[in-house]
Amino acid sequence: LSTLILAEHERGAVKASSLSAVEAAKCVGEDNSISLLLAGSGPSLQEAAAHAASCHPSISQVLLADSNKFAYPLAEAWAKLVHLVQQKGSYSHIIAGSGSFGKNILPRAAALLDVSPITDVTEISGSNLFVRPIYAGNALSTVRYTGSGPCMLTIRSTSFPLEGTAAPSVSNAAPIDKVDLSTLSEDDAIGKSKYISLSSQDTDRPDLGNARIVVTGGRALKSAENFKLIEKLAEKLGAAALMFYQVGQTGKIVAPELYMAFGVSGAIQHIAGMRDSKVIVAVNKDADAPIFQVADYGLVGDLFEIIPELLEKLPEKK
Amino acid sequence: MVAIKRVIDYAVKIRVKPDKSGVETSNVKMSMNPFCEIALEEALRIKESGRASEVVAVSAGPAQCVDTLRTGLAMGADRAIHVEFPGTLYPLSIAKILKALVDAEKPGLLLLGKQAIDDDCNQTGQMIAGLLKWPQGTFASKVVLDEENKVATVDREVDGGLETLCLDLPAVITTDLRLNQPRYATLPNIMKAKSKVIKKLTPQDLNVEIRSDLEVVQVTEPPKRKAGLILSSVDELIDKLKNEARVL
Repeated sequence: LSTLILAEHERGAVKASSLSAVEAAKCVGEDNSISLLLAGSGPSLQEAAAHAASCHPSISQVLLADSNKFAYPLAEAWAKLVHLVQQKGSYSHIIAGSGSFGKNILPRAAALLDVSPITDVTEISGSNLFVRPIYAGNALSTVRYTGSGPCMLTIRSTSFPLEGTAAPSVSNAAPIDKVDLSTLSEDDAIGKSKYISLSSQDTDRPDLGNARIVVTGGRALKSAENFKLIEKLAEKLGAAALMFYQVGQTGKIVAPELYMAFGVSGAIQHIAGMRDSKVIVAVNKDADAPIFQVADYGLVGDLFEIIPELLEKLPEKK
Repeated sequence: MVAIKRVIDYAVKIRVKPDKSGVETSNVKMSMNPFCEIALEEALRIKESGRASEVVAVSAGPAQCVDTLRTGLAMGADRAIHVEFPGTLYPLSIAKILKALVDAEKPGLLLLGKQAIDDDCNQTGQMIAGLLKWPQGTFASKVVLDEENKVATVDREVDGGLETLCLDLPAVITTDLRLNQPRYATLPNIMKAKSKVIKKLTPQDLNVEIRSDLEVVQVTEPPKRKAGLILSSVDELIDKLKNEARVL
Protein backbone atom coordinates (compact mmCIF):
# COMPACT_ATOMS: atom_id res chain seq x y z
CA LEU A 1 0.00 0.00 0.00
CA SER A 2 1.14 3.50 -0.77
CA THR A 3 -0.85 6.70 -0.73
CA LEU A 4 -0.37 10.03 -2.41
CA ILE A 5 -2.06 12.95 -0.66
CA LEU A 6 -2.93 15.91 -2.85
CA ALA A 7 -2.33 18.56 -0.21
CA GLU A 8 -3.36 22.16 0.11
CA HIS A 9 -1.28 24.76 1.87
CA GLU A 10 -1.77 28.32 2.98
CA ARG A 11 0.61 30.87 4.46
CA GLY A 12 3.45 28.38 4.75
CA ALA A 13 1.52 25.59 6.45
CA VAL A 14 -0.32 22.46 5.34
CA LYS A 15 -4.08 22.93 5.73
CA ALA A 16 -5.91 20.95 8.39
CA SER A 17 -8.12 19.33 5.73
CA SER A 18 -5.02 17.83 4.10
CA LEU A 19 -3.90 16.43 7.45
CA SER A 20 -7.35 14.83 7.74
CA ALA A 21 -6.54 13.18 4.43
CA VAL A 22 -3.44 11.74 6.12
CA GLU A 23 -5.68 10.40 8.91
CA ALA A 24 -7.89 8.84 6.23
CA ALA A 25 -4.85 7.29 4.56
CA LYS A 26 -4.00 5.63 7.87
CA CYS A 27 -7.42 3.91 7.75
CA VAL A 28 -6.68 2.40 4.34
CA GLY A 29 -4.46 -0.21 5.93
CA GLU A 30 -1.33 -0.84 7.94
CA ASP A 31 2.06 -0.43 6.28
CA ASN A 32 0.67 2.34 4.13
CA SER A 33 3.49 4.58 3.08
CA ILE A 34 2.14 8.11 2.83
CA SER A 35 3.55 10.75 0.49
CA LEU A 36 2.31 14.30 0.59
CA LEU A 37 2.29 16.24 -2.68
CA LEU A 38 2.69 20.00 -2.33
CA ALA A 39 2.70 22.34 -5.28
CA GLY A 40 3.11 26.06 -5.56
CA SER A 41 5.88 28.52 -6.00
CA GLY A 42 8.11 30.72 -3.93
CA PRO A 43 9.07 30.90 -0.26
CA SER A 44 5.64 30.02 1.14
CA LEU A 45 5.88 26.64 -0.63
CA GLN A 46 9.29 25.96 0.94
CA GLU A 47 7.88 26.91 4.32
CA ALA A 48 4.87 24.62 3.81
CA ALA A 49 7.20 21.79 2.81
CA ALA A 50 9.19 22.17 6.02
CA HIS A 51 5.93 22.17 7.96
CA ALA A 52 4.69 19.09 6.06
CA ALA A 53 7.89 17.16 6.76
CA SER A 54 7.48 17.34 10.50
CA CYS A 55 3.81 18.04 11.24
CA HIS A 56 2.47 14.48 11.15
CA PRO A 57 4.35 11.32 12.15
CA SER A 58 2.66 9.23 9.43
CA ILE A 59 3.98 11.27 6.52
CA SER A 60 6.96 9.39 5.11
CA GLN A 61 7.78 11.64 2.19
CA VAL A 62 7.04 15.14 0.96
CA LEU A 63 6.96 15.70 -2.79
CA LEU A 64 7.55 19.24 -3.88
CA ALA A 65 6.43 20.68 -7.22
CA ASP A 66 7.84 24.18 -7.48
CA SER A 67 6.71 26.08 -10.55
CA ASN A 68 4.80 29.24 -11.29
CA LYS A 69 2.30 26.95 -13.08
CA PHE A 70 1.12 26.05 -9.57
CA ALA A 71 1.03 29.56 -8.16
CA TYR A 72 -2.78 29.27 -8.24
CA PRO A 73 -4.91 26.15 -7.86
CA LEU A 74 -5.78 25.74 -11.55
CA ALA A 75 -7.14 22.27 -12.21
CA GLU A 76 -5.53 21.94 -15.65
CA ALA A 77 -1.97 22.05 -14.33
CA TRP A 78 -2.60 20.32 -11.02
CA ALA A 79 -4.45 17.36 -12.54
CA LYS A 80 -1.58 16.88 -14.95
CA LEU A 81 0.83 17.01 -11.99
CA VAL A 82 -1.06 14.25 -10.18
CA HIS A 83 -0.99 12.23 -13.40
CA LEU A 84 2.78 12.73 -13.69
CA VAL A 85 3.51 11.86 -10.06
CA GLN A 86 1.27 8.78 -10.23
CA GLN A 87 3.04 7.48 -13.32
CA LYS A 88 6.35 7.66 -11.48
CA GLY A 89 5.17 6.51 -8.05
CA SER A 90 2.42 3.96 -8.89
CA TYR A 91 0.53 4.66 -5.69
CA SER A 92 -2.27 2.35 -4.67
CA HIS A 93 -4.35 5.27 -3.37
CA ILE A 94 -4.62 8.97 -4.11
CA ILE A 95 -6.51 11.05 -1.55
CA ALA A 96 -7.56 14.70 -1.34
CA GLY A 97 -9.84 16.56 1.03
CA SER A 98 -13.31 17.06 -0.43
CA GLY A 99 -13.24 20.85 -0.32
CA SER A 100 -13.57 22.91 -3.48
CA PHE A 101 -9.83 22.40 -4.14
CA GLY A 102 -9.90 18.59 -4.10
CA LYS A 103 -13.26 18.31 -5.83
CA ASN A 104 -12.07 20.54 -8.63
CA ILE A 105 -8.79 18.74 -9.29
CA LEU A 106 -9.08 15.07 -8.32
CA PRO A 107 -11.82 13.99 -10.79
CA ARG A 108 -9.93 15.64 -13.64
CA ALA A 109 -6.75 13.79 -12.62
CA ALA A 110 -8.79 10.57 -12.37
CA ALA A 111 -10.03 11.00 -15.95
CA LEU A 112 -6.43 11.43 -17.13
CA LEU A 113 -5.60 8.16 -15.33
CA ASP A 114 -8.79 6.42 -16.61
CA VAL A 115 -9.98 5.83 -13.04
CA SER A 116 -13.42 6.12 -11.41
CA PRO A 117 -12.94 8.33 -8.34
CA ILE A 118 -15.02 8.18 -5.16
CA THR A 119 -16.27 11.49 -3.76
CA ASP A 120 -16.94 12.52 -0.17
CA VAL A 121 -15.83 9.37 1.63
CA THR A 122 -16.89 9.41 5.29
CA GLU A 123 -15.66 5.98 6.37
CA ILE A 124 -12.94 3.62 5.16
CA SER A 125 -13.74 -0.04 5.88
CA GLY A 126 -10.81 -1.58 4.04
CA SER A 127 -8.28 -0.81 1.35
CA ASN A 128 -11.01 -0.78 -1.31
CA LEU A 129 -14.24 -0.46 0.67
CA PHE A 130 -15.69 2.97 1.35
CA VAL A 131 -18.81 4.56 2.77
CA ARG A 132 -20.15 7.80 1.31
CA PRO A 133 -23.39 9.72 1.71
CA ILE A 134 -25.75 9.97 -1.27
CA TYR A 135 -29.01 11.90 -1.73
CA ALA A 136 -27.72 14.76 0.42
CA GLY A 137 -26.95 12.40 3.28
CA ASN A 138 -30.36 10.72 3.27
CA ALA A 139 -28.70 7.40 2.50
CA LEU A 140 -25.26 5.94 2.97
CA SER A 141 -23.71 3.94 0.17
CA THR A 142 -20.97 1.39 0.70
CA VAL A 143 -18.92 1.01 -2.48
CA ARG A 144 -16.14 -1.34 -3.42
CA TYR A 145 -13.49 -0.20 -5.84
CA THR A 146 -12.73 -2.98 -8.31
CA GLY A 147 -10.70 -1.05 -10.89
CA SER A 148 -7.11 -1.73 -11.76
CA GLY A 149 -5.72 1.80 -11.46
CA PRO A 150 -5.12 3.67 -8.24
CA CYS A 151 -8.07 4.12 -5.91
CA MET A 152 -8.83 7.85 -5.92
CA LEU A 153 -10.82 9.41 -3.09
CA THR A 154 -11.90 12.75 -1.77
CA ILE A 155 -12.60 12.53 1.93
CA ARG A 156 -14.77 14.61 4.23
CA SER A 157 -12.35 16.07 6.71
CA THR A 158 -15.03 16.22 9.42
CA SER A 159 -15.13 12.40 9.33
CA PHE A 160 -11.38 12.00 9.82
CA PRO A 161 -10.45 14.30 12.69
CA LEU A 162 -6.81 14.76 13.61
CA GLU A 163 -5.65 12.42 16.34
CA GLY A 164 -4.32 14.58 19.14
CA THR A 165 -1.75 17.21 18.44
CA ALA A 166 1.54 15.39 18.54
CA ALA A 167 4.46 17.72 19.03
CA PRO A 168 6.27 18.36 15.76
CA SER A 169 9.20 15.98 15.59
CA VAL A 170 11.93 17.90 13.87
CA SER A 171 14.39 15.07 14.50
CA ASN A 172 12.13 12.67 12.64
CA ALA A 173 11.38 14.87 9.65
CA ALA A 174 10.31 13.20 6.43
CA PRO A 175 12.54 13.69 3.38
CA ILE A 176 11.52 16.41 0.92
CA ASP A 177 11.95 15.40 -2.72
CA LYS A 178 11.51 17.61 -5.75
CA VAL A 179 9.21 16.47 -8.53
CA ASP A 180 10.85 16.47 -11.96
CA LEU A 181 8.56 18.75 -13.95
CA SER A 182 10.46 18.62 -17.25
CA THR A 183 7.69 16.70 -19.02
CA LEU A 184 4.82 18.79 -17.68
CA SER A 185 4.52 21.39 -20.44
CA GLU A 186 3.47 18.79 -23.00
CA ASP A 187 -0.15 18.94 -21.96
CA ASP A 188 -2.01 21.44 -24.06
CA ALA A 189 -4.67 22.27 -21.47
CA ILE A 190 -2.15 24.01 -19.22
CA GLY A 191 -2.24 27.72 -19.94
CA LYS A 192 -5.83 27.68 -21.21
CA SER A 193 -7.05 28.98 -17.87
CA LYS A 194 -5.89 32.08 -16.06
CA TYR A 195 -6.38 33.04 -12.47
CA ILE A 196 -7.83 36.53 -12.10
CA SER A 197 -8.70 37.05 -8.45
CA LEU A 198 -10.09 35.68 -5.22
CA SER A 199 -12.48 37.79 -3.21
CA SER A 200 -12.33 36.19 0.18
CA GLN A 201 -14.75 36.57 2.97
CA ASP A 202 -13.99 38.31 6.22
CA THR A 203 -10.88 36.74 7.71
CA ASP A 204 -11.06 38.18 11.23
CA ARG A 205 -13.20 35.39 12.57
CA PRO A 206 -12.08 31.76 12.58
CA ASP A 207 -12.46 30.07 9.23
CA LEU A 208 -14.99 27.30 8.93
CA GLY A 209 -12.55 24.43 9.08
CA ASN A 210 -11.31 25.48 12.50
CA ALA A 211 -14.40 27.05 13.99
CA ARG A 212 -15.52 25.40 17.20
CA ILE A 213 -18.86 27.18 16.93
CA VAL A 214 -20.82 27.97 13.77
CA VAL A 215 -23.81 30.34 13.70
CA THR A 216 -26.12 30.42 10.67
CA GLY A 217 -28.99 32.66 9.72
CA GLY A 218 -31.91 31.54 7.59
CA ARG A 219 -34.56 33.03 5.36
CA ALA A 220 -36.29 34.52 8.38
CA LEU A 221 -33.56 37.18 8.52
CA LYS A 222 -35.16 38.64 5.38
CA SER A 223 -32.30 40.99 4.54
CA ALA A 224 -28.54 41.17 4.36
CA GLU A 225 -28.73 44.04 6.84
CA ASN A 226 -30.18 41.72 9.45
CA PHE A 227 -27.31 39.30 8.93
CA LYS A 228 -25.29 41.73 11.07
CA LEU A 229 -27.21 40.37 14.05
CA ILE A 230 -25.84 36.90 13.30
CA GLU A 231 -22.37 38.35 12.86
CA LYS A 232 -22.59 40.16 16.19
CA LEU A 233 -23.53 36.95 17.94
CA ALA A 234 -20.73 35.08 16.16
CA GLU A 235 -18.27 37.70 17.31
CA LYS A 236 -19.38 37.31 20.89
CA LEU A 237 -19.04 33.51 20.69
CA GLY A 238 -15.82 33.49 18.68
CA ALA A 239 -17.78 31.65 16.01
CA ALA A 240 -17.95 31.53 12.23
CA ALA A 241 -21.09 33.14 10.76
CA LEU A 242 -22.85 31.88 7.64
CA MET A 243 -26.06 32.13 5.70
CA PHE A 244 -28.07 28.91 5.57
CA TYR A 245 -27.45 28.40 1.85
CA GLN A 246 -23.71 28.27 2.43
CA VAL A 247 -24.14 25.05 4.37
CA GLY A 248 -25.29 21.74 2.96
CA GLN A 249 -25.43 19.81 -0.25
CA THR A 250 -24.66 22.87 -2.32
CA GLY A 251 -22.30 24.49 0.14
CA LYS A 252 -19.98 23.50 2.89
CA ILE A 253 -20.05 20.57 5.27
CA VAL A 254 -19.47 21.58 8.86
CA ALA A 255 -19.26 19.59 12.08
CA PRO A 256 -18.39 22.02 14.88
CA GLU A 257 -18.88 21.41 18.59
CA LEU A 258 -21.80 23.82 18.60
CA TYR A 259 -24.02 24.68 15.63
CA MET A 260 -26.63 27.38 16.12
CA ALA A 261 -29.27 27.92 13.46
CA PHE A 262 -31.53 30.99 13.59
CA GLY A 263 -34.59 31.14 11.41
CA VAL A 264 -33.42 28.15 9.39
CA SER A 265 -36.28 25.83 8.49
CA GLY A 266 -34.07 22.80 7.98
CA ALA A 267 -34.48 21.58 4.39
CA ILE A 268 -32.81 18.21 3.84
CA GLN A 269 -30.15 19.89 1.73
CA HIS A 270 -29.18 22.07 4.67
CA ILE A 271 -29.31 19.33 7.28
CA ALA A 272 -26.97 17.29 5.10
CA GLY A 273 -24.30 19.89 5.74
CA MET A 274 -24.47 20.09 9.52
CA ARG A 275 -25.93 16.85 10.89
CA ASP A 276 -22.55 15.72 12.25
CA SER A 277 -22.23 18.73 14.55
CA LYS A 278 -21.87 17.72 18.19
CA VAL A 279 -24.55 19.98 19.63
CA ILE A 280 -27.22 21.60 17.46
CA VAL A 281 -29.33 24.54 18.64
CA ALA A 282 -32.29 25.70 16.56
CA VAL A 283 -34.29 28.88 16.98
CA ASN A 284 -37.36 29.24 14.79
CA LYS A 285 -40.78 30.87 14.98
CA ASP A 286 -42.39 27.80 13.44
CA ALA A 287 -42.63 24.99 16.00
CA ASP A 288 -43.09 22.48 13.17
CA ALA A 289 -39.88 23.44 11.35
CA PRO A 290 -38.00 20.26 10.42
CA ILE A 291 -34.81 21.60 11.97
CA PHE A 292 -36.23 20.82 15.41
CA GLN A 293 -36.09 17.13 14.55
CA VAL A 294 -32.30 17.20 14.48
CA ALA A 295 -31.66 19.87 17.09
CA ASP A 296 -30.49 18.95 20.57
CA TYR A 297 -31.97 22.15 21.92
CA GLY A 298 -34.82 23.99 20.29
CA LEU A 299 -36.29 27.35 21.10
CA VAL A 300 -39.54 28.41 19.47
CA GLY A 301 -39.52 32.14 19.05
CA ASP A 302 -38.60 35.21 17.06
CA LEU A 303 -34.90 35.46 16.34
CA PHE A 304 -35.15 39.25 16.42
CA GLU A 305 -36.01 38.97 20.11
CA ILE A 306 -33.88 35.98 21.00
CA ILE A 307 -30.57 37.08 19.48
CA PRO A 308 -30.51 40.43 21.34
CA GLU A 309 -31.33 38.58 24.55
CA LEU A 310 -28.53 36.12 23.92
CA LEU A 311 -26.15 38.97 23.19
CA GLU A 312 -27.03 40.49 26.52
CA LYS A 313 -26.94 37.32 28.60
CA LEU A 314 -24.13 35.26 27.08
CA PRO A 315 -20.95 35.30 29.14
CA GLU A 316 -18.11 37.42 27.76
CA LYS A 317 -15.58 35.43 25.80
CA LYS A 318 -12.28 35.30 27.63
CA MET B 1 -24.07 21.66 -25.47
CA VAL B 2 -25.70 20.97 -22.13
CA ALA B 3 -25.57 17.60 -20.37
CA ILE B 4 -28.62 16.78 -18.27
CA LYS B 5 -29.49 13.98 -15.88
CA ARG B 6 -32.77 12.43 -14.82
CA VAL B 7 -32.93 12.04 -11.03
CA ILE B 8 -35.47 11.53 -8.26
CA ASP B 9 -37.25 14.86 -7.80
CA TYR B 10 -35.57 17.01 -5.17
CA ALA B 11 -38.75 17.26 -3.10
CA VAL B 12 -39.27 13.49 -2.78
CA LYS B 13 -38.41 11.93 0.56
CA ILE B 14 -35.75 9.31 -0.10
CA ARG B 15 -36.51 5.78 1.10
CA VAL B 16 -33.86 3.11 1.34
CA LYS B 17 -35.01 -0.31 0.08
CA PRO B 18 -35.36 -2.92 2.86
CA ASP B 19 -32.91 -5.26 1.08
CA LYS B 20 -30.29 -2.49 1.14
CA SER B 21 -29.77 -2.72 -2.61
CA GLY B 22 -30.47 0.95 -3.23
CA VAL B 23 -33.15 3.57 -2.81
CA GLU B 24 -36.77 3.18 -3.88
CA THR B 25 -37.26 4.50 -7.41
CA SER B 26 -40.49 2.82 -8.50
CA ASN B 27 -43.55 5.07 -8.36
CA VAL B 28 -41.34 8.00 -7.46
CA LYS B 29 -41.49 11.33 -9.26
CA MET B 30 -38.46 11.87 -11.49
CA SER B 31 -37.23 15.26 -12.69
CA MET B 32 -34.34 17.03 -14.28
CA ASN B 33 -31.45 17.43 -11.83
CA PRO B 34 -31.78 21.02 -10.48
CA PHE B 35 -28.14 21.88 -11.26
CA CYS B 36 -28.68 20.68 -14.85
CA GLU B 37 -31.70 22.99 -15.12
CA ILE B 38 -29.42 25.87 -14.15
CA ALA B 39 -26.86 24.78 -16.78
CA LEU B 40 -29.57 24.63 -19.44
CA GLU B 41 -30.99 28.01 -18.38
CA GLU B 42 -27.52 29.55 -18.71
CA ALA B 43 -27.13 28.06 -22.19
CA LEU B 44 -30.53 29.45 -23.21
CA ARG B 45 -29.61 32.92 -21.93
CA ILE B 46 -26.34 32.76 -23.87
CA LYS B 47 -28.28 31.89 -27.01
CA GLU B 48 -30.88 34.62 -26.38
CA SER B 49 -28.10 37.19 -26.03
CA GLY B 50 -26.91 36.21 -29.50
CA ARG B 51 -23.72 34.54 -28.36
CA ALA B 52 -24.72 31.03 -29.41
CA SER B 53 -26.58 29.77 -32.45
CA GLU B 54 -27.98 26.59 -31.00
CA VAL B 55 -28.49 24.76 -27.68
CA VAL B 56 -28.21 20.96 -27.77
CA ALA B 57 -29.33 19.00 -24.72
CA VAL B 58 -27.78 15.57 -24.22
CA SER B 59 -28.46 12.81 -21.72
CA ALA B 60 -27.23 9.27 -21.19
CA GLY B 61 -29.18 6.56 -19.39
CA PRO B 62 -32.31 4.43 -19.63
CA ALA B 63 -35.19 4.95 -22.06
CA GLN B 64 -37.07 7.31 -19.70
CA CYS B 65 -34.34 9.95 -20.07
CA VAL B 66 -36.30 11.00 -23.14
CA ASP B 67 -38.88 12.56 -20.80
CA THR B 68 -36.18 14.69 -19.19
CA LEU B 69 -34.81 15.69 -22.58
CA ARG B 70 -38.35 16.61 -23.64
CA THR B 71 -38.50 18.94 -20.62
CA GLY B 72 -35.23 20.47 -21.78
CA LEU B 73 -36.68 21.00 -25.25
CA ALA B 74 -39.75 22.60 -23.69
CA MET B 75 -37.50 24.99 -21.75
CA GLY B 76 -36.02 26.02 -25.09
CA ALA B 77 -33.25 23.67 -26.22
CA ASP B 78 -33.21 23.34 -30.03
CA ARG B 79 -32.59 19.60 -30.24
CA ALA B 80 -31.55 16.71 -28.09
CA ILE B 81 -29.42 13.58 -28.15
CA HIS B 82 -30.16 10.55 -26.02
CA VAL B 83 -27.47 7.92 -25.52
CA GLU B 84 -29.44 4.94 -24.33
CA PHE B 85 -27.95 2.53 -21.82
CA PRO B 86 -30.05 0.53 -19.37
CA GLY B 87 -27.42 -0.18 -16.70
CA THR B 88 -25.56 1.94 -14.19
CA LEU B 89 -23.37 4.64 -15.68
CA TYR B 90 -20.63 6.08 -13.50
CA PRO B 91 -19.19 9.54 -14.20
CA LEU B 92 -16.14 8.14 -16.04
CA SER B 93 -18.41 6.42 -18.58
CA ILE B 94 -20.60 9.51 -18.90
CA ALA B 95 -17.49 11.61 -19.51
CA LYS B 96 -16.39 9.24 -22.27
CA ILE B 97 -19.85 9.37 -23.87
CA LEU B 98 -19.84 13.17 -23.67
CA LYS B 99 -16.38 13.30 -25.21
CA ALA B 100 -17.61 11.28 -28.18
CA LEU B 101 -20.61 13.63 -28.53
CA VAL B 102 -18.41 16.72 -28.33
CA ASP B 103 -16.06 15.27 -30.94
CA ALA B 104 -19.05 14.79 -33.25
CA GLU B 105 -20.97 18.00 -32.50
CA LYS B 106 -18.06 20.39 -31.87
CA PRO B 107 -19.86 22.79 -29.51
CA GLY B 108 -18.16 26.01 -28.44
CA LEU B 109 -19.09 25.50 -24.80
CA LEU B 110 -20.10 22.52 -22.67
CA LEU B 111 -22.29 23.26 -19.65
CA LEU B 112 -23.13 20.79 -16.88
CA GLY B 113 -24.58 20.97 -13.38
CA LYS B 114 -21.84 20.79 -10.77
CA GLN B 115 -23.33 17.61 -9.33
CA ALA B 116 -26.38 15.38 -9.49
CA ILE B 117 -28.55 15.35 -6.40
CA ASP B 118 -28.81 11.56 -6.39
CA ASP B 119 -25.24 10.28 -6.22
CA ASP B 120 -23.75 13.68 -5.26
CA CYS B 121 -20.58 12.74 -7.16
CA ASN B 122 -19.52 16.16 -8.45
CA GLN B 123 -17.11 14.58 -10.98
CA THR B 124 -18.45 14.47 -14.54
CA GLY B 125 -17.63 18.05 -15.59
CA GLN B 126 -14.06 17.86 -14.33
CA MET B 127 -13.59 14.46 -15.99
CA ILE B 128 -14.91 15.46 -19.40
CA ALA B 129 -12.75 18.60 -19.28
CA GLY B 130 -9.72 16.41 -18.58
CA LEU B 131 -10.54 14.02 -21.42
CA LEU B 132 -11.10 16.89 -23.87
CA LYS B 133 -8.03 18.80 -22.62
CA TRP B 134 -10.33 21.80 -22.28
CA PRO B 135 -10.06 24.30 -19.42
CA GLN B 136 -12.68 23.99 -16.69
CA GLY B 137 -14.65 26.45 -14.61
CA THR B 138 -16.42 24.46 -11.92
CA PHE B 139 -19.06 25.66 -9.39
CA ALA B 140 -19.79 28.75 -11.48
CA SER B 141 -21.97 31.52 -10.06
CA LYS B 142 -21.33 33.96 -12.92
CA VAL B 143 -20.35 33.41 -16.55
CA VAL B 144 -19.40 36.17 -18.99
CA LEU B 145 -18.55 35.26 -22.57
CA ASP B 146 -16.24 37.39 -24.68
CA GLU B 147 -16.60 36.19 -28.27
CA GLU B 148 -14.06 38.58 -29.65
CA ASN B 149 -11.23 37.20 -27.55
CA LYS B 150 -12.74 33.70 -27.38
CA VAL B 151 -12.64 33.58 -23.59
CA ALA B 152 -15.10 33.08 -20.76
CA THR B 153 -14.75 34.81 -17.40
CA VAL B 154 -16.13 32.62 -14.65
CA ASP B 155 -16.77 33.37 -10.98
CA ARG B 156 -16.45 30.17 -8.96
CA GLU B 157 -17.82 29.49 -5.50
CA VAL B 158 -14.81 28.12 -3.62
CA ASP B 159 -14.32 27.43 0.08
CA GLY B 160 -12.68 30.76 0.87
CA GLY B 161 -14.96 32.99 -1.20
CA LEU B 162 -15.34 33.76 -4.87
CA GLU B 163 -12.59 32.92 -7.36
CA THR B 164 -12.50 34.47 -10.82
CA LEU B 165 -10.91 32.63 -13.73
CA CYS B 166 -10.51 33.43 -17.41
CA LEU B 167 -10.86 30.37 -19.66
CA ASP B 168 -9.96 29.97 -23.31
CA LEU B 169 -12.94 28.71 -25.32
CA PRO B 170 -14.01 26.02 -25.88
CA ALA B 171 -14.35 25.25 -22.19
CA VAL B 172 -16.32 23.16 -19.71
CA ILE B 173 -18.37 25.04 -17.12
CA THR B 174 -20.25 23.42 -14.24
CA THR B 175 -22.97 25.43 -12.60
CA ASP B 176 -23.63 26.21 -8.95
CA LEU B 177 -26.96 27.02 -7.37
CA ARG B 178 -26.74 30.79 -7.52
CA LEU B 179 -25.87 31.19 -11.20
CA ASN B 180 -29.44 31.84 -12.29
CA GLN B 181 -33.11 31.03 -11.72
CA PRO B 182 -34.27 28.48 -14.31
CA ARG B 183 -37.44 29.25 -16.25
CA TYR B 184 -40.56 27.15 -16.36
CA ALA B 185 -41.64 25.64 -19.64
CA THR B 186 -44.77 27.38 -20.93
CA LEU B 187 -47.63 25.39 -22.42
CA PRO B 188 -47.02 26.55 -26.02
CA ASN B 189 -43.36 25.60 -25.64
CA ILE B 190 -44.27 22.19 -24.23
CA MET B 191 -46.43 21.64 -27.32
CA LYS B 192 -43.66 22.87 -29.61
CA ALA B 193 -41.15 20.56 -27.91
CA LYS B 194 -43.13 17.54 -29.05
CA SER B 195 -42.06 18.11 -32.61
CA LYS B 196 -38.38 18.73 -31.85
CA VAL B 197 -35.90 16.01 -32.70
CA ILE B 198 -34.35 13.67 -30.14
CA LYS B 199 -31.59 11.69 -31.79
CA LYS B 200 -31.01 8.24 -30.35
CA LEU B 201 -27.59 6.66 -30.03
CA THR B 202 -25.99 3.87 -28.04
CA PRO B 203 -22.54 3.77 -26.43
CA GLN B 204 -21.60 1.27 -29.18
CA ASP B 205 -22.53 3.80 -31.87
CA LEU B 206 -20.06 6.17 -30.23
CA ASN B 207 -17.40 3.48 -29.76
CA VAL B 208 -17.49 3.94 -26.00
CA GLU B 209 -16.86 0.89 -23.90
CA ILE B 210 -18.86 0.99 -20.64
CA ARG B 211 -16.74 -0.23 -17.79
CA SER B 212 -17.72 -0.32 -14.17
CA ASP B 213 -14.95 -0.09 -11.61
CA LEU B 214 -17.29 0.40 -8.70
CA GLU B 215 -19.67 -1.98 -7.04
CA VAL B 216 -22.35 -0.82 -4.63
CA VAL B 217 -22.18 -3.25 -1.72
CA GLN B 218 -25.11 -1.84 0.20
CA VAL B 219 -27.19 1.28 0.74
CA THR B 220 -28.33 1.99 4.28
CA GLU B 221 -30.14 4.68 6.20
CA PRO B 222 -27.97 7.15 8.03
CA PRO B 223 -27.98 6.97 11.83
CA LYS B 224 -30.79 9.13 13.14
CA ARG B 225 -30.22 12.06 15.42
CA LYS B 226 -32.64 11.80 18.27
CA ALA B 227 -34.92 14.78 18.57
CA GLY B 228 -33.85 16.99 21.43
CA LEU B 229 -35.50 19.23 23.94
CA ILE B 230 -37.69 22.19 23.23
CA LEU B 231 -36.73 24.85 25.72
CA SER B 232 -38.79 27.73 26.95
CA SER B 233 -36.34 30.56 27.47
CA VAL B 234 -32.97 32.00 26.56
CA ASP B 235 -31.85 31.53 30.17
CA GLU B 236 -32.62 27.85 29.97
CA LEU B 237 -30.72 27.57 26.69
CA ILE B 238 -27.62 29.25 28.09
CA ASP B 239 -27.82 27.04 31.17
CA LYS B 240 -28.09 23.86 29.06
CA LEU B 241 -25.21 24.86 26.80
CA LYS B 242 -23.04 25.66 29.80
CA ASN B 243 -23.86 22.88 32.19
CA GLU B 244 -25.29 19.99 30.19
CA ALA B 245 -23.64 20.20 26.78
CA ARG B 246 -20.60 22.05 28.16
CA VAL B 247 -19.92 23.84 24.91
CA LEU B 248 -19.83 27.39 26.26
